[in-house]
Amino acid sequence: MAEENGRKEGQSAGVGLLESVREKTKQATQTILEKAKEDLQTLKEPEKTQLWRSIFRVKHDDTPRNRALSVLTNVFFHLHPAKVNRDAVRYSFTWGMGGITFYLFIVLTFTGILLMFYYHPTKVQAFRDILYLEHDVPFGKLLRNMHRWAAHLMIIAVWLHMFRVFMTGSYKRPREFNWCVGVVLMVLTMLLSFTGYLLPDDQLGFWAVTVGTNMARATPLLGHEGPFGPQLGMTPYNDVRFALLGGSIVDANALLRAYIWHCIAIPVLAAIFMGVHFWRVRKDGGISGPAPVMLESEIKEEKGPRPVIMRPAGTKEWEKTK
Amino acid sequence: MWGDWYQLWEIVSAPDNVPIVALLFLVPFYTWYAFRQAFETDRLIEQLEKDPQLAKTHHRKVHPWQPGWPREVHTWPYLMRVEFLAAIIVTVILTVWSITLNAPLEEPANPNLTMNPAKAPWYFLGLQEMLVYFDPWIAGVVMPTLIIIGLMVIPYIDENPLGNGYYTYKQRRFAIWTFLVGFIGLWVIMIVIGTFIRGPGWMWFWPTQTWDHNRLVFEVNRNLHEWWIFKYIVPQNIWAWTVFGAIVVGLYFAGAAYLIHRICMATEFSRKIYRRMSLLQIVTMQILLILMLALPIKMLLRLVFRIKYVWVTPWFNV
Repeated sequence: MAEENGRKEGQSAGVGLLESVREKTKQATQTILEKAKEDLQTLKEPEKTQLWRSIFRVKHDDTPRNRALSVLTNVFFHLHPAKVNRDAVRYSFTWGMGGITFYLFIVLTFTGILLMFYYHPTKVQAFRDILYLEHDVPFGKLLRNMHRWAAHLMIIAVWLHMFRVFMTGSYKRPREFNWCVGVVLMVLTMLLSFTGYLLPDDQLGFWAVTVGTNMARATPLLGHEGPFGPQLGMTPYNDVRFALLGGSIVDANALLRAYIWHCIAIPVLAAIFMGVHFWRVRKDGGISGPAPVMLESEIKEEKGPRPVIMRPAGTKEWEKTK
Repeated sequence: MWGDWYQLWEIVSAPDNVPIVALLFLVPFYTWYAFRQAFETDRLIEQLEKDPQLAKTHHRKVHPWQPGWPREVHTWPYLMRVEFLAAIIVTVILTVWSITLNAPLEEPANPNLTMNPAKAPWYFLGLQEMLVYFDPWIAGVVMPTLIIIGLMVIPYIDENPLGNGYYTYKQRRFAIWTFLVGFIGLWVIMIVIGTFIRGPGWMWFWPTQTWDHNRLVFEVNRNLHEWWIFKYIVPQNIWAWTVFGAIVVGLYFAGAAYLIHRICMATEFSRKIYRRMSLLQIVTMQILLILMLALPIKMLLRLVFRIKYVWVTPWFNV
């Protein structure tokens, strides 16, 4: 190298410049190619790159440890335990209805947000927006159809989920409270669907919501046609129906209220309750079964008086008090 | 007019009624699916009860298990793949459904043009059907509240420790029958009636009967105190009706409570469970079941005997 450099330095400037530029370019090209080759080498094993390792913290080799870690280190998967009852993964036990309900909630959130880009909750615009969605927005019709049918499916899935939980006795100790959270979620699901019904501002939604909210007139004490309502000073302009509709008829205010309940208030409430629901599934001992059967002869006889409902939660603590 | 299949097709094929048609298949299917597994477990229970030695060694599940097999499997991939598959299947169904069937859109909302029949969304049709039998404050407010409360107290009044986490019929007869009557009998069937039977004016149209918008029904609904021998016994003034109605409702409560009590005391096993219940649990269960039973009884009174109110008072009617 030193000899070469010395030769270059000794030559005249005119020829030497060209030569040295060529030489340096050649060297640079070679270095770049070598570096590129190195980078390409890592593409063969992407899991060894810094980028990969920063996203996925564990190896995905087929070892029991990594199978567990791939669930535990992922924020979306960690709702699950690392291991589950081997019979509980059969479709026959859970029917998958709880999971399907949650999946449909995600689908509805996704399609709902897209629909919100095209919708104004005002009397002038609402119906036209639906027409616009159906006829001009690319895939707008598909979007609206998916939102509506997913909503219907979600209600069916919720009911069947409740049916399954009842039939397997999964609401029993220690899952009593989670059953109650589930009932609240079912009611919220139906209210979500009901508030969405008015939003197209067509005859179907208008009259369905009129029929539905007319019942609120008859609320005992709080409705102007309910028992003891008039005696308490209820009129069409101050009763519970007025509060629901923001007026005495289904009109612009009702549309706006339905929109806000539908798009913000109830989804937020439902998300909170869902968080509690899933959390409690884990904390109450995971999925309920299929559990080993208990025989009638194994029921422990109760002796003497015992505190009503507010007894110690775990069976073991209760047995100590006997 | 009878034999109007086009009318039936119009109802069945209405896009918003598709979920109810689906329900007609899904609910019986899953009921069968649950019962099939329940009977399977019941056979195992019978076997274990007969053979105490086997009860000590059997792993006590219907699904076979060999020593050495793991009792648990990894979530990844055994559960995740099922969930992934379920998500794909639901997505496919939803996409096909959305491509082939359009969400309904009627004329713009018009408060001056009443829809006839004006129906609530299908999942609330059970409540709307209840309006035929009860005043709105009961059907629209009290009953829904009771349904929600009733569902929530189930875990706190069911003192039966058996059947926790597996399908069984034998060990939970009373609970299962109660739930089936409530869910299928008083909720799903009411929705089906509201969808397929009720036409203009919320009148009863059998399937394949034409929806006649001009149909008049010359049925006079009477209150209980105007019916049969009661009209000779009860003096015709509002206070007498109030007292008479209170007595009838009181008698119903007593009779229904006795009936429910007898059902609870029917077998050795149910007596055992009944004894475990506290007074508060018994009273809560009784009240909820009595009120639940009131619906089919009021339906019978209304549909068969054309009786509108049982209890007429100056403030409310039942």
